[in-house]
Amino acid sequence: MSALAHVAGDPGLEPAAAAPEVKRRSWTAYLLMLPGVLWLAIFFLLPLVQLASVSLQSRYPGFPGYYYRDLNFSNYASALTDYAPHFARSFLYAGLATFLAFAVAYPLAYAMAFKAGRWRNLMMICVIAPFFTSFILRTFAWSQILADEGWVAGVLNFLHLLPNGHIINTPIAVVAGLTYNFLPFMVLPIYASLERADPRVIEAGGDLYANGFTTFRTVTLPISMPGVLAGTLLTFIPAAGDFVNMELLGPQRGKMIGNVINDQFLAVPGGYPVAAALSFTLMAAILVLVFLYIRRFGTEELV
Amino acid sequence: MTPIPRRRRRPLDPPAAALAAAASGGLSRRALLGTGVAAGAGLALTGCAPPEPPAAGGVAALDLPTDVSDEEKTLQWANWTAYLDMNGKETQSPTLEAFMEKTGIEVGYYEEVDDNDSYYAKVGPQLRAGQSIDRDIITLTDWMAARLIRDQVVQPLELIQMPNVVGNLLQPLKDASFDPGRMHSITWQSGFAGIGYNKEKVGRELKSLDDLWTDDLKGRVVVLSEFRDTAGLVMQSQGVDIESDWGQAEFEKALDFIEQKIDEGYIRKVKGNSYMEDLTSGNAVAGITWSGDIFVLAYDTEDPNWTFTLPESGGTLWSDNLMVPITSTHRRNAQRLMDYYYDPAVAAQVAAWVNYVCPVEGAQAEMEKIDPDLAESPWIFPTVDFIADNNVQQFRVLDADEDILYADLWSTKVMGN
Repeated sequence: MSALAHVAGDPGLEPAAAAPEVKRRSWTAYLLMLPGVLWLAIFFLLPLVQLASVSLQSRYPGFPGYYYRDLNFSNYASALTDYAPHFARSFLYAGLATFLAFAVAYPLAYAMAFKAGRWRNLMMICVIAPFFTSFILRTFAWSQILADEGWVAGVLNFLHLLPNGHIINTPIAVVAGLTYNFLPFMVLPIYASLERADPRVIEAGGDLYANGFTTFRTVTLPISMPGVLAGTLLTFIPAAGDFVNMELLGPQRGKMIGNVINDQFLAVPGGYPVAAALSFTLMAAILVLVFLYIRRFGTEELV
Repeated sequence: MTPIPRRRRRPLDPPAAALAAAASGGLSRRALLGTGVAAGAGLALTGCAPPEPPAAGGVAALDLPTDVSDEEKTLQWANWTAYLDMNGKETQSPTLEAFMEKTGIEVGYYEEVDDNDSYYAKVGPQLRAGQSIDRDIITLTDWMAARLIRDQVVQPLELIQMPNVVGNLLQPLKDASFDPGRMHSITWQSGFAGIGYNKEKVGRELKSLDDLWTDDLKGRVVVLSEFRDTAGLVMQSQGVDIESDWGQAEFEKALDFIEQKIDEGYIRKVKGNSYMEDLTSGNAVAGITWSGDIFVLAYDTEDPNWTFTLPESGGTLWSDNLMVPITSTHRRNAQRLMDYYYDPAVAAQVAAWVNYVCPVEGAQAEMEKIDPDLAESPWIFPTVDFIADNNVQQFRVLDADEDILYADLWSTKVMGN
């Protein structure tokens, strides 16, 4: 989310740029901005500065878990050289999950917006319902459902579809888990932009002798693009940094970058600086990817 | 904000400062201040100093937080799973209930330690900064207890307040290299690491570590994330005497072996205490495990096929210790609990459930009354001969540099790759 705010040119951080011409009113504007600015300063900027400071610290020789202030850029070097495959894997899995979530979410959102009729509210509740249970618990539930002696693995094994004989602890389970967990973040924005669409515009496509597919391609899809863009970002960004799905559903080999960061923070005495450097690198990489993505598919109305 | 008892930190003493200066490579301060941007960054970076390591020498015993045990009859205890006697529904512990009844102290019991590293990584930064972690007893393994004592984040205990502990702590445990005179730590339980497996599901007996790496068990084996146990057992199987002089070469050889077994798909997962879930769900049927867990599992699942055995090449023996965090204000309550669990009758009750090695003198006689079979069990009351005959060893104590190096190697090669 923070990355999103950044890309969108975060007005909260640049109050000067938003200075209005009418001087008398400017105080109101500042006052209205104050809660947001304070929030960002305390909960976003301050931790970021702290993290940046940690990412340059060095280990205290002889005292595991102690650090001293430094400008140790080798933390970044080791973040990039030792863990490049983990970054690549994270983006691959997040990308796959985003694509799959889009493939599932678009028809669903379309049906909700145009075809659901009186079922619309019920469908909406079904999309939101998983949020009533904790993310970890739901993922944990999946680890039980996909367990070796569960029925999913049983059926797939019966059909000889599993090369290793198990589905849990495979990359497939991880991508499936990511897709499942972030699906609502894809459905809701797409639904919101489709629901706002003027049905007369779509009707006009038919009036102008376009067939269903052409109307969809030239009218409906462009209308929903802001939702698609928001949905893909809301799915891709957290999925790339996620470690829960890999931890609970994934294999021992081939971890994602979130797991490495978690491991460096929690399991390696003296791992804080590298973990912080990895977090920063991940943030930067996501920012760059998102920036390129918006440049390519960008739209004025992101949210 | 509640007032937090603060431990005063000494400024960095000259030798440590010199050490730090020598170790810091890269840019000098002048280079940093060279540009305006860098100066701004420098200002931000100096804003948040990490805590300094403690100066050598004892804990500043006079600098402890005021104990409020008399006013607040509460106690928060962090422990591992399956590590205290439980009633049938596993909602309450009979011995803990009895303690609360007897003393009027309300005990919060948390099964929150999954492994030593992750737990200390969570609470360590707060303790080193002198902040409360809302726990009055934490339970960690010897080598981690050593680190906590060295970091001076645990309180010295008043042994004079604990007659049961002084009287009943087994003779070999009355002193420890990491805690001379047991001034900071009291043994909770000891245990073995070896092979745990389900005899029926495996379909044969597992006798050596190599029996785990066969095609019928491929992908159904879990091993412990505690490297002293997993790498320790593998080193033993490679003929290393893990108690004495070995170095990085032997350690890396064991890690390469484990890495290979993961890559080839034999080892499914490397886990903390949560490996029990994989055994329960059936994802794994065998693994390198801790002794008592397997007996608890057999009881919980009502499946007597769960078996624990020491590989022919030997197993490891470790102890977990009760300690009072430096910021706890309930040390006296904690000491009462420690003393209570050193009553042989209570200790026997716990041992009968957890099936770990009982550190309490006289518990064996009490166990005769509960279950004569358990009183004979070498897993609870091992004899010196049993330890020697089975090549049960303790992983040698690592110095601080080895501690970091080996944990790093373990993390990059085995845990997070």
